Amino acid sequence: MTDNRLAARQIELEILRYDPEKDQEPHFERYSVPCINEWCVLDALNHLKDSIDPTLAYRWSCHMQVCGSCGMMINGEPKLACKAMLRDYPDAVIRIEPLAHFPVERDLVSVADDFMDKLKRVKPYLIPGKVRVPTEGEYKQTPAQLKRYRQFAMCINCMLCYAACPEYGLQPKFIGPAAISLAHRYNQDSRDGGRDERQEEIATNEGVWECTFVGACSEVCPKHVDPAAALQQVKVASTVDWYLEHFMSWVKK
Amino acid sequence: MSRRPYVREVPPTSWYFRMPRYMRYMAREVTSIFIGIYTMIMVFGLAALAAGPERWDAFLKALQTPLSLTFHWLALAFALYNSFTWFNVAPKALPIQVGEELMPDIVVAGGHYVVWVLLSLFILFWAGVF
Repeated sequence: MTDNRLAARQIELEILRYDPEKDQEPHFERYSVPCINEWCVLDALNHLKDSIDPTLAYRWSCHMQVCGSCGMMINGEPKLACKAMLRDYPDAVIRIEPLAHFPVERDLVSVADDFMDKLKRVKPYLIPGKVRVPTEGEYKQTPAQLKRYRQFAMCINCMLCYAACPEYGLQPKFIGPAAISLAHRYNQDSRDGGRDERQEEIATNEGVWECTFVGACSEVCPKHVDPAAALQQVKVASTVDWYLEHFMSWVKK
Repeated sequence: MSRRPYVREVPPTSWYFRMPRYMRYMAREVTSIFIGIYTMIMVFGLAALAAGPERWDAFLKALQTPLSLTFHWLALAFALYNSFTWFNVAPKALPIQVGEELMPDIVVAGGHYVVWVLLSLFILFWAGVF
């Protein structure tokens, strides 16, 4: 049912389809979808799946830019389908592909295993510097201490930054923007004591030193995490570590 | 149901044509070639200086050819582009937090510009330009 107050609009969705059981390689298929201009791309996909082609596979959950499931390439740009509003796409055709740099599982579903493994490696959780028992009370933190990492805690693991990062596309071993940003988030946390463990993973050639500061990750991040900033800060801190270790070893870290 | 993920290869030599932001990145990186060549010319100059007045005069003459002048103007333009692009992203690498607030980007980037101008003036003064 359409609301007459809203502007109806016919949109051509050009969607990359891949059925691993039938197709040798992915191909584009075009659908003419009756939309409402105030919809987001995810609404259009849902309408397409509900009433035109139920075989289309894609991931989504919250429809409100929190779950990070509906990342896809929309007109070549990594976007959350729930954040990409149709009114911002005035052209008649919208081209939708699965996230770049990830293998395609089926249609718009990409294989996230590599990112999940990397996320695990950087230990993105609090490793208490000093373990406290409940009777000692909670870990306290000042607003200034919170400010040091809060921005990096906004990551929703949507992987848009990996789809934007050409380094990750060329060198899939690169731990990548989101995982390193999350490692940095915990390293910056006043309650945390796990930096040495995380540095083993991120202060390496596959870690921050693979990054050449293209900055694309920060441009596409839907939560304004600024992963590029996190990676450069890790580089600076790791360089300081190196100098302290090699030239000023008497200084305790 | 069998899994058979399809891998789309990234073209290793032409990937940066895909998006304007990649082209901007490559533009910044390519400037380093000109800065590298300029540095080589400086090294040749030092070698010429060490080899005696004749070679040094020939080096100075070579610098004044139209080809050399064109290259130096280009190298200067690219060096400026390189400096500006890096100074402008410096606040990302060096956030300065005072109390609960982060200093605005302009303070960190501006600091770089100020140090740059002062150093340039110092070197020009030292080289006897003023």
